[in-house]
Parts: sequence; C-alpha cells; structure tokens
Amino acid sequence: MSETNANILVMEGVSKAFPGVQALDNVDFTLRRGEIHCLVGENGAGKSTLIKVLTGVDQPDAGMIILDGNEIHSRSPQHAQTLGISTVYQEINLCPNLTVAENILLGREPRKWNGIDWVRMNAEAGEILKRVLDVDIDVTKLLGTYTVAIQQMVAIARALDITSAKILILDEPTSSLDEHEVQQLFKVMRKLREDGVGIIFITHFIGQVYEISDRITVLRNGLLIGTFDTSSLQRVELIAKMIGRSLDDLDEMSKIKLESSKHIRTEALLKADGLGRAGSISPFDLELHAGEVVGLAGLLGSGRTETANLLFGIDKPDTGSITYEGVEVTEYTPLASIKRGVALLPEDRKAEGVVDDLTVRENIVLAMQANNGWFNYLSVQEQYAIADKYIEILQIATPSPDQPVKNLSGGNQQKVILARWLATNPHLLILDEPTRGIDVGTKAEIQKLVLSLADEGKSCVFISSELEEVLRTSHRIIVLREREKVAEFSGEVDENTIIHAIAGSEA
Amino acid sequence: MRNHKKPSFTWRNIIESRLFFPLIALFLILLFDFIFVPGFFNIENRDGNLYGSLIDIFRNGSTVMLLAIGMTLVIATGGVDLSVGAVMAIAASVAGILMNPSALRNEVFFVTDPTYTFQPLWVVIGTALVVSIICGLWNGVLVAYMRIQPMVATLILMIAGRGIAQLITNGLRVQITYRPYAYIGQGWIILPFSLYLVAFVYALTWLLTRKTAIGMFIESVGINFRSSFFSGIDEKKIKLLVYTFCGLCAGIAGLVASSNIRTSDANNIGLTTELDAILAVVIGGGSMAGGRFSLLASMVGALVMQAITQSMYARGVPAFALQAIKALVVVFVILLFSEQVRGFIRGLSTKKKEV
Repeated sequence: MSETNANILVMEGVSKAFPGVQALDNVDFTLRRGEIHCLVGENGAGKSTLIKVLTGVDQPDAGMIILDGNEIHSRSPQHAQTLGISTVYQEINLCPNLTVAENILLGREPRKWNGIDWVRMNAEAGEILKRVLDVDIDVTKLLGTYTVAIQQMVAIARALDITSAKILILDEPTSSLDEHEVQQLFKVMRKLREDGVGIIFITHFIGQVYEISDRITVLRNGLLIGTFDTSSLQRVELIAKMIGRSLDDLDEMSKIKLESSKHIRTEALLKADGLGRAGSISPFDLELHAGEVVGLAGLLGSGRTETANLLFGIDKPDTGSITYEGVEVTEYTPLASIKRGVALLPEDRKAEGVVDDLTVRENIVLAMQANNGWFNYLSVQEQYAIADKYIEILQIATPSPDQPVKNLSGGNQQKVILARWLATNPHLLILDEPTRGIDVGTKAEIQKLVLSLADEGKSCVFISSELEEVLRTSHRIIVLREREKVAEFSGEVDENTIIHAIAGSEA
Repeated sequence: MRNHKKPSFTWRNIIESRLFFPLIALFLILLFDFIFVPGFFNIENRDGNLYGSLIDIFRNGSTVMLLAIGMTLVIATGGVDLSVGAVMAIAASVAGILMNPSALRNEVFFVTDPTYTFQPLWVVIGTALVVSIICGLWNGVLVAYMRIQPMVATLILMIAGRGIAQLITNGLRVQITYRPYAYIGQGWIILPFSLYLVAFVYALTWLLTRKTAIGMFIESVGINFRSSFFSGIDEKKIKLLVYTFCGLCAGIAGLVASSNIRTSDANNIGLTTELDAILAVVIGGGSMAGGRFSLLASMVGALVMQAITQSMYARGVPAFALQAIKALVVVFVILLFSEQVRGFIRGLSTKKKEV
C-alpha cells in the first residue's frame, strides 16, 4: 500500500452556495484509513453541507471528491451508500412501527419459498446487534417501544451492516445517548477503526472529541480553519478556533453569576406543593424565586422534561398544586401560563418549537399573539418591529424576517424560539435543553443571556444534559433520578457531589 | 427599523406565486373556448343586466366558490370536511319546509302564488344558517375535542346528513315558489346576485383571517399543532372555528343551490360537491397536509372547475362523458403542482441554458 493510499477520502476545493449564503468556500478535507476524524464548528459553519455534498444530498458548485483513488460524484444518499459511504443522522430515519429486526434488515430480508424467513431474520438481526454493537435486546419488539438511545443504536447497526462501508459518517449520534451508551458506541467505533474504516464524527461535545478522535477539522462560516492532530491541540485552542474569539466570556460569566446572585428575592415567585403526575413524575416540592437560575440535573428520562411540562401546563397534575405570586393556579394550560408570565422553551425544537413553514417574523410573534388573543392583532409593522428587535439582540442569522424558519440552521431556529418567549416578557422562563445540538459560541451566548435575565429579576429554570453547563449557570441545582426529585444543592457545589446524586451512589 | 419592502415582481416571484399555475390553467381553458366555442366570450346586455357563458361560469360556480372558502380554512388546519354537500341539502330542506310546509302533511302541494311563504324570509334564511352552523359545530367537536380523524368524523355527517335532510322534508321534494327567495340564486343586479354573495363571504373571510390573528393561527396549527399548543394557541378552538365556519359556508351554498332550482331536493342538492370544493382548494395549491392557505387561489381553483364544466357543455359533450373529461383536466392541473414534474421542467430549462 503506497503512502498516498493512506487517505481513503480526499475532498479538494469544495464550494457550495445557497441563496444568500456561501455555505462552503474552497474547503479541503482528507480522511485516512482507520481513523476517527472529528468535524467541528458552530452551527452554520458548513459541517452539514460538507456531509451533504459528500453523501450526494447536495451537488457541489466546485471541487472534487476522491474516494479510494477514484473521483466520485455521488448523486444521492443511496448512490453514496453503494460507493461505500454510510451515514447515521442525528434524527433517526427508521420506522417506529416496524420491529427492530425489520428495521435492520429492511429491503434485505432473508427469504424462503413462501416469503420472508422470519425466524432467520430475527436471528440475523439479533446477531448483528450483538456482534456490531454488543447490544442485547428483543428484536421482535416494535422499534418505537425502545428509547431514543436504543433506536439510535439500531440505526447505526443498520448503516454498518448494509454495505461494507469504507466511510462511516456519524452526524451527532451521541446527542441523545447517556454515558454508558456513548461508551458502547465508542467501543464500536474503535473496533471499526481497527478494521480500517474511516469515520467522520460530528459532535458538539468537546469532551467526546478528545476522548475518541485522532484528528480534528475545524470549519467556521464555510471556511476551513484547519486540520489538527487531536493530541497536539489544546481544548481552549480548539474552542477559540471554533468560535473565533477568546474565552474571556466564560470568566465573565462566573462574575455575572456571582453578581446576580445578590439580587435573588426571598419570597417565592412560584411554589409547587406535592406536584406530581402518575407515570410522569412523583410528587415534589419546589420554590422558584425572582432573580434566580435553578438548574435541573439528571439523566435522560429522569423526569426533567416532565417537571417542566407540569410547571408550564402542558400536562395537568393529578396531585398537588402550584401557587404563583401567592395565588393558587386553577387552570393548567400553556395559554394560562403565558398569561401569568411563564414561558417554556421546549426540549424538542423540531416537534414542539418551530412552526417550520411560517416565517421568522411569524414564529417570533406567535406566543405574544396567542396571549393577545384572536382579535387584538399585531399589525404587520409591529410584527416586523418586534422581529427586527430580537433578530438584532439575539444575533439571529437570517437573510430577512420573511424567511421560512425551516431554512435556518438549528442554532438560529433555537434563537427564534427564544425570541418568541422573550417577546412575551415572561417573569419565569423554563428552558428545556436550550443548547442541545447548538454550537459552542451560541451555547455561551444563551448561558450568558440566562444569567442576564436573572439579573433583570426574572426567574429561570435551566435544564440540560451537560452538567458543566448547569453548574456554570445555576444558583441552585435540583437533581432528579428515576422520575423523582432526589436532592437540592445551593451555593458552590462540587461537580462530583452532583454526579453521585444523579447516579444514586454514596458520595 | 429596517425597511421591509414588498417583494418585487420578478419573473421568479411570479412563477413561485401560488396563483400562477391555477391562473395558467384557467387561461388555457378559456383559450380553448376562444378557439373552439364560437360566441363563448359574447356578453349580452338585457335591460342593463349582463348574460353570457363567461357570466355563467361565475354564476354556476358560486356554490363551489362558497364551499371552497370554508374548505380552504379546514384544509389549512390539516383536516378535510366531507359533509359540506350533505349540509347544503340540510340547509335547503330547512329553508324549503319553512316556506312550503305542505310536505309535512305528506302531500305534494304545488303552490303557484309567488308571494306565498309560511315563514318570513329572515326566519327562513336565519334558521337554515343556524342549522348549518350546528352541523359545522358537530364536525368541529368530533375533530377538535374527540380527536376523531377529520375524514372519519365528517364522513358521519356526509352519510347521515342526507338522511336528516330527507327526514326534514318528509322524504319529498319541496317546491319553492316564493319569489324573494328565488332571488338568491336567480336575481340579477348587472351581475348575478349570487356573485355578490360570494364576494361578501370572501371579503368577510379575508378580513377575519388576515386582519386578525386567526389566519396565522390556522396556518400554525396546520403546520405543527404541537408547537402551536406549546406556544399557547388553543388549537382545539381554532379547529372548532374552522369546521363551524365551513358549515356556515355550506349552508349559504345550500340556499343558493335550492333557490337556483326552486326545489329543496334532499337527494340531489350538493351531491358530490364536497369533492369539487376539495379539488378547488387543491388546484389552488392548498396542501392536504395543512399549512399556508390562499383564499384567492382557491377561488381561482373553483373557477377552473366550473370553467371546465361550462366549456364541455358549450362544446356539446354529453353529460355522461363530462366527469371523465373533467378528471383528465384536473389530473393535468394537479400534476403541474407536483414537485417531481416541476423539477423535471426546471431540469429541461437549465439543460437548454447549458447547450
């Protein structure tokens, strides 16, 4: 094998423009045989576009792609797959109403004379899952009955097994996995690396970048910033390259937090007494104060979102009560909550947040207009004024307020939803995973915004899977485990103490 | 504050506009008439009132236009209302029996007196419309609060509605001779009276949806009802509203239809018009999945449907062949909307440029 052959994939001078945006500008990228290569950058940096060009979803305006020594033009994801490029996307593209085995072997079912050989199919699927991912589950159950994490595993198993992949692209596969599952995935990735597969790994978790990758390529605003050996690039340097600015911001944040904690009011803004809902969250007590950020920590499925949904009136409690500004709440609906001054940034941006065919402007004014009612209509001029204001404040990258929100990148969509809630001028802002799937730069912006809102006298509930982020922003932290409130910490807390509380082990 | 100009009228904007394809379709049909039907565009002036085939398209299309207004909003929420034809029949029966209750005595009574009516006109119209609103409410409750799929929920009234209409008229066809009522469908003030009715309902709906937040909420619910719910929109109330309104539109259409034929015929009034109304919306570019809607485009869609019928009549196509030919034209128009076909056309034009 010659030296040049060490590169399984070479992309040279790739450019791609969309109306109003140069998504990729003359980007080079190389992937070696048997390496795990992280692709990092902020939202809108061009990571997704690079992957789309590689997998044939989009055609590049310029540049060439050489796979295994031959120039390729992938016409579609299916075509790319036959060339040996397999992709696992962040959103799971499987059928929840089919069994796990059917999903894995869809289109390639083992047959016998009178149709599908179900026995062999189930055995094969189970074998694949066991061999490739070391996951042992009942493959005859419907995919939809499993957690998102398991569904993700099934997607990976399918992608890996479908062809002898030369390249495996993992587009944020870990965003919904817990630590144990991430380790399982990493084990698989290491094994594939030994087999000589080139892996492109996209993630927003910097810790995972350092844990698994051999090299890192950084993109910013469609430009290539550089490719680096992971071992020779410090974390701080990496983040500085990604966001293109220094990290003084983070120091500034702890100062703001310290400063703002002085303004926390003693009387409760919202008080929950024995609030609970069967099958959702066990009864808990909770007090929220003006000027305070309360963090909810816990694993996926620990009841964080369920708590938020109860507080906002998405679900109705069957025990307990909420007292808001000293008055007992009687009506549990989102609209009633908005009228009280409560806002909820939902966890699932796509399903519960954006209304994707509406414009940025309409998305921003939606909750405010719902509060105003059917007939007290904000004139189009007023709507533009509000939209422009928040596009400016939150630095939402959009060509115009009339752009359908679906054309924006994930981070900017999240900012639009945030703008929707800020426009209602809430006293209590519940943020459920506000930084999920968002680049480092926007993350820091949102965290800072939360603190400055608290500083203005608002109360915030901050929910995140990233403990570090919860620690950084919260004045008080509540830990949930198995749909139950298990601990509460205020003041300076050690990260380990909370990890132990989350895990349920003795400190 | 930045200055937000309306988008300029570039060629691209025109092609992307929702009105473009329905208007092209309408234009092609009229072009066909211009070439093959002599006198199609002649407009006659009789005592200051205008008559002609073109006017007839509007006049005969008025029921479908009325239905399409309500249907547009229902489809925008991601639903569909199959019961509008039956609601037309119910409204017509209520109106008929209130003017000529002889059917209740189980006798077919031929009134010849054009001034005779059992109840005054406002009671007749008012009761018929209230009944159609109740029909719409029924659909709305089933869809919004009972969470029954719109097609199933409205299918109930589609089937039961005609039965109800027959019960009201005691299974008989009711003659309507009362002249003021006949004016709804047959009156003329330069243009047919029913057109003014359509214009009024259209303007009212436009104001209700575009000068209040209701239009935005309807679209929002149709695109993503869960996000809308999280944003504080009472999506159930919105759905209840559109189905109720659709019922009202159907009621008005029922009055126009029965006035036109001077009969309350529970079996035939509005038969299969629900499908015409749905097609009108679809030709107007409305997505059955819900979302963005354009009342104007639906109106053009309704006119396309009627223009096809009218042209076939004018060409002397036998009635039994009409439906088949109509279907062909509709398929053609809907193909124009398909992304596949549009992509193909775009591909052709870019290839030409490359050459």
